[in-house]
Amino acid sequence: MDENTIICRCSDVTLKDIRQLINEGYTSFDEIKRITRSGMGPCQGKTCGQLIMREIANATGQNIRDVKFQTNRPPVVGVKLGLIAKEGRRNEE
Amino acid sequence: MKNKAEVVIIGGGISGCSIAYNLAKKGVKNIVVLEKNYICSGSTGRCGAGVRMQWGTEMNCKLARKSIEFYENANEILEYERDVEFKQKGYLLVTHTEEELEQFKKNIEVQHSCGIPSRLLTLGEAKEIVPYLNTDVLKGAAFCGKDGFLNPFKTTDAFYRAAKRLGVKFYTFTEATGIRIEKGKIRGVETNKGFISTNIVVNATNAYSKNICSMVGIEVPVYSERHQILVTEPVEPIQDPMVMSFGLNFYIQQSPEGSFIMGRGDDREPRDLRITSSWQFTEEMAKTIDSVLPPISKLRVIRQWAGLYNMTPDKQPIYDKGENVEGFYMAFGFSGHGFMFGPITGIVMAEMITGETPTIDVSMLNLNRFKTGRLLLEPSVV
Repeated sequence: MDENTIICRCSDVTLKDIRQLINEGYTSFDEIKRITRSGMGPCQGKTCGQLIMREIANATGQNIRDVKFQTNRPPVVGVKLGLIAKEGRRNEE
Repeated sequence: MKNKAEVVIIGGGISGCSIAYNLAKKGVKNIVVLEKNYICSGSTGRCGAGVRMQWGTEMNCKLARKSIEFYENANEILEYERDVEFKQKGYLLVTHTEEELEQFKKNIEVQHSCGIPSRLLTLGEAKEIVPYLNTDVLKGAAFCGKDGFLNPFKTTDAFYRAAKRLGVKFYTFTEATGIRIEKGKIRGVETNKGFISTNIVVNATNAYSKNICSMVGIEVPVYSERHQILVTEPVEPIQDPMVMSFGLNFYIQQSPEGSFIMGRGDDREPRDLRITSSWQFTEEMAKTIDSVLPPISKLRVIRQWAGLYNMTPDKQPIYDKGENVEGFYMAFGFSGHGFMFGPITGIVMAEMITGETPTIDVSMLNLNRFKTGRLLLEPSVV
């Protein structure tokens, strides 16, 4: 595959970037996330997650099911702060 | 894994990495860093990414100033091939009470005595810096343009890589499970991967420092407290400084990549080691931002997370060595600002361990200060 392929669309991270980090010893999703911001953008790893985990699995000889993903955190999809504030005030009434 | 080391540092956050780097730079050989997870997985990697010099105690001001000076040249000093992303766009402190405004004035006097270029602002001047700030709910503001944003992951990575180049061995996913002492002297560290014999142990575990201290029988008056943060979708740059209020209990900053990072504390938090997320935080945060910075409430929250502050009674760190345990060193209790103080923590701890004259006299940050009761309380923490 072309190494310039974008793996993380939220933070513009290429396959080459990921492979280089794995070579440098960053061999878990969380470590790669902290350097590249993959998994921190609006998709929260829904696009890049599987791709990066597969790269890690291939490079380290693990089965992909043994590669740990980041902690899933709320909210599941983006929610406007104003809406949360409005509903919060309504709860107080 | 090595079974013998000159120094074993427990904790792979900013403090542990900085202490390791500074020791190695002084020529100490055979340094090992133990990290129970991966580098920057604890409090450092969960922090709000802000660094400031606007503190209320002289000691915190001095430590912060020295650290900021370092961060200004961190890429060069640590020969970092990436970028620590230090952006000095300031901290705008705002208040809604006259009492806190008086505190700002006192703090600024202390800051000026330490050479920190902070100043009091009128609400009009504050609005020039952040035009959409709702000053109707505010009484005054203070500003320091040298404060700002710094990437915690890359900064820790920079220290980690520099230390590694100097020969420091980092053992990640390796947990310290016990400390062996003989006749009041450190003899080694038990880990889940085997025993490492050493005469010097540094406790740089911040949130977990109490547990490590109990392994050598030292009681410390610190506790860990969950603090939460949320982040929005990224947008074009619209806000330069961090906006922060102690009284209104919030801080909010736009990161260089465009997302807004915001957090608040909660005094009702139980004192434990939980780092789960709560909806109460999100709701309170949203209400505050909606009232103080209305346009920001149009942004979507995409993630929230939590980390631990390790609180001391005076909200200043503990830098000390064990009184009855030779070879045991302590650097923790950062009360929410360990990342900001990373560089100076490394410098003063390395000097303490090698017996050199300290760059800044931190002897008043000893553990005994809590027994004598003569505390200078830091008033400015969110």
